[in-house]
Amino acid sequence: MFYREAGQFKTTYAADQALLPIRQDRYAMLVILAIAFVGVPLFAGDYWLTAILIPFLVFALATLGLNILTGYAGQLSLGSAAFMAVGAVAAYNFQLRIPGMPILLSFVLGGVTAALVGMVFGLPSLRIKGFYLAVATLAAQFFIPWLVTKVGWFSNYSASGVISAQPIEILGVPFDTPLRKYMLVLAIVALLALLAKNMVRSAIGRAWMAVRDMDVAAEVIGIRILRTKLIAFAVSSFYCGVAGALYAFAYLGNVEPDGFNLDLSFRILFMVIVGGVGSILGSFLGAAFITLMPIFLEVVLAELNAVFNLNLDPGVTSMAQLLVFGGLIIFFLIVEPHGLARLWQITKEKLRLWPFPY
Amino acid sequence: MSFFFEVLIGGLLAGVMYSLVALGFVLIYKASGVFNFAQGAMVFFAALTFVGLQEKFALPFWAAFGLALAAMIVLGILTERIVLRPLVNQPQITLFMATIGLAFFIEGLAQLIWGTNVRRLDIGIKDEPIAAVLERFDIVISSFDLIAALAAGVLVTVLAVFFQVTRVGRALRAVADDHQAALAVGIPLKQIWAIVWSVAGFVALVAGLMWGARNGVQFALTFVALKALPVLILGGFESVLGAIVGGLIIGALEKLAEVYLGPHIGGGIEGWFAYVMALMFLLVRPEGLFGEKRIDRV
Repeated sequence: MFYREAGQFKTTYAADQALLPIRQDRYAMLVILAIAFVGVPLFAGDYWLTAILIPFLVFALATLGLNILTGYAGQLSLGSAAFMAVGAVAAYNFQLRIPGMPILLSFVLGGVTAALVGMVFGLPSLRIKGFYLAVATLAAQFFIPWLVTKVGWFSNYSASGVISAQPIEILGVPFDTPLRKYMLVLAIVALLALLAKNMVRSAIGRAWMAVRDMDVAAEVIGIRILRTKLIAFAVSSFYCGVAGALYAFAYLGNVEPDGFNLDLSFRILFMVIVGGVGSILGSFLGAAFITLMPIFLEVVLAELNAVFNLNLDPGVTSMAQLLVFGGLIIFFLIVEPHGLARLWQITKEKLRLWPFPY
Repeated sequence: MSFFFEVLIGGLLAGVMYSLVALGFVLIYKASGVFNFAQGAMVFFAALTFVGLQEKFALPFWAAFGLALAAMIVLGILTERIVLRPLVNQPQITLFMATIGLAFFIEGLAQLIWGTNVRRLDIGIKDEPIAAVLERFDIVISSFDLIAALAAGVLVTVLAVFFQVTRVGRALRAVADDHQAALAVGIPLKQIWAIVWSVAGFVALVAGLMWGARNGVQFALTFVALKALPVLILGGFESVLGAIVGGLIIGALEKLAEVYLGPHIGGGIEGWFAYVMALMFLLVRPEGLFGEKRIDRV
């Protein structure tokens, strides 16, 4: 009844091609942005900001990056965490080595460095396909953290390879409280998400999708495969790199290279799958789901423990978490292989006909 | 020179251990096109079940082996029933993700049942150099490694015979070739998949016993799967022979690199060297040594 585009006539091509062509969608987006930029800062406590919202946004950004590569360009990668590590370490070094370096520029340069490294590891994708490529990206996953740990220069010769991110300061304003960090991360993520949304509906995005659907056919109709794939790797790694920099600077503060391990890569891949392969919205939904679920499970198990007096030791609860996590992933894939974004789409279709579906 | 041979042979024998794990991957990939990431977790589960049974009920070796095998078969059948059957016709990446979920599930389950302690696994083979070889050629070869190699050899022979000669084996190959065609000629796809997963469970049990006896039964056993991946891409996903040859190559080169190259670039290279090498190799031959060459058509 409320969600219907009847009567909304478009008189220009620009209006027809708008990001959100339906008026209700535009309002909904405005409400979401208002909540994120105004509502959350007013009401959210420090725990919510530091433990849930900031990691959610950082992971959403990394998920966006992987979704561009896997969901849009069809190149399965298991090395996202490595590219995050490159971004974090590069941003740290730009900040450390060049006096007076603006921190935002360090983030961007961190992303650019990650993009360059990503292109190097993307080169084999021209010849290697499918799972062979996935396993090949594991080379990046194991090689990069090793390199960062071994070469002391990267971590400024700290004993354990841990990098301690510098405090964030932009135009003399220190971003030291959780709230300010949240606002910074939110602004960057919102900007990059908008960019990604526009990128995937432009010429390059269409080329990615053509390559994903069938690369030989794409080549036949004149898409340059190498260039398209390398751009996908570069853009994806850029997003992961910026996410890594934010992970280090705004979320954790101190990062050891081993923190960017295979588990993290898998988590990001889970976010892509659960959220929806090839969907910008899905990246956010997936990141929210995977970030919130362990916290939720922990709370539920603690409650169960208290109510039934089970006296579970922490080892058992962490095992149970693993069990439930794995089970949920399988359950999700069986029930909705196209992810949360697809569920949302179905809801929207239903909403258009509500309350009189034929 | 004898040192070189010692390293080489040690590497080859270590490679056999990788092959044992890689075999499980190949079996399932061949028969169902699923890249089963849970193979490492299955190795862990099998070894832990074996040790747990031995410890708790003081069972003799063969009884524990039989029961652990039964557990693996049940696990295989349940996996087919609960995870794979609803996912038929989904894209490969979805199936792959499901097996990652499965890996988490099995790891959690195993440790929930048997606890998280590191266990020692004794299968009655001594891990010490063979005296005769040591005297004669001045090369240290562990009798344990040799027996592991023998076990792998026997396993591969049995599997090869199983695949080539038996009725079920032929059905398996038919399914691997084309699901729908196999269904059309009346091969029961569901049963075949259950069988394949059970056989993979058996291979996981053997690999788990070998690795567990070597390194102790602990969570790190699940990472063994990661070691098997470069072996797979080197040998090709579809080839049993490839798993063996790939394992030997990776094992040998890895050990040699560790000894001769490692000290120059800071050590600890075993984590990634195999991957980088496999990557280089793939650039020359993208489908692996024995993989099927794919022809892309529009």
